[in-house]
Amino acid sequence: MQPTDLVDNLSLRDDIPDFAPGDALKVHVKVIEGNRHRTQVFEGVVIRRQGAGIRETFTVRKLSFGVGVERTFPLHTPIIETIEVGAKGDVRRAKLYYLRDRIGKAAKVKEKRFT
Amino acid sequence: MATKAIVGEKVGMTQVWDEENRIVPVTVLRVSPCRVVQVKTPESDGYSAIQVTLGVRDATKLTRPEAGHFDKAGVDAGRKLVELRLDDVSEFTVGQEIGADVLEQGQLVDVTAVSKGKGFSGVMKRHGFGGAPASHGAHKNHRKPGAVGQCATPSRVFRGKKMPGRYGGTKVTTLNLEVVKADPEAEVLLIKGAVPGPRGSTVVIRDAVKGS
Repeated sequence: MQPTDLVDNLSLRDDIPDFAPGDALKVHVKVIEGNRHRTQVFEGVVIRRQGAGIRETFTVRKLSFGVGVERTFPLHTPIIETIEVGAKGDVRRAKLYYLRDRIGKAAKVKEKRFT
Repeated sequence: MATKAIVGEKVGMTQVWDEENRIVPVTVLRVSPCRVVQVKTPESDGYSAIQVTLGVRDATKLTRPEAGHFDKAGVDAGRKLVELRLDDVSEFTVGQEIGADVLEQGQLVDVTAVSKGKGFSGVMKRHGFGGAPASHGAHKNHRKPGAVGQCATPSRVFRGKKMPGRYGGTKVTTLNLEVVKADPEAEVLLIKGAVPGPRGSTVVIRDAVKGS
């Protein structure tokens, strides 16, 4: 409960799915080029969620032609069209910075098994 | 002088998105309708201003002079009396209500409030002095002001020398802030950037005197 809730509640999105660090995500991002716009998909693994309320952000990491690319989005930003949650990751910590030092198969997050 | 003014209460800072989906840092001000208690004109008072009150106060808790002042105007007693200096007060009458709609989106405004008190502060915080080196043999003088004057001539410290002392808690005006949103229904005003004072303090918002 924040004093500024009366303003923040107007910009909060209610279509955000549940996801946590380690999950595979497809983020559909609106891109404006001149006067036409299209949708770009950023696909990767969530390595952190940070902040709360309107200020909350999350970071998605992917490998693009062998180079690690990380993109941080505000959770409630209007530039996100949809978020698709893929496999749930089997991870033990909230911030997966250790993935940055790993290459190849070691950089993969195991999928969570529900037994 | 200003042509439009309103009184509000600082709620806090947050962020909103603009039309181009960029984040804009905003200060939220609660602007409940304020009631005109007195209209001051050059003929009667020597200058032009309106005196307004905002909020509500228990009528039994007023002093007699205050109660008389509100009674004369026929206005419900408020938390505070604030005077707004305006160029032209002819369109205001006693008892009139002023809301957030006097300001419009995109307008530049000046915001006046009492700044946060910083207590007894050193010269680095209070006057922006550079301080002394952190290392290279510096010993116990990292934040000290250094010398305050010369030698036998003038053998005194000049008046007005910047020294440590009470800082903050003074009236501060921030010029040319942009109104991001003025919503009379929600009684909310969003101003781009920071506004002086702590949360809950009374702020006066006027249209910009210098801005274009």
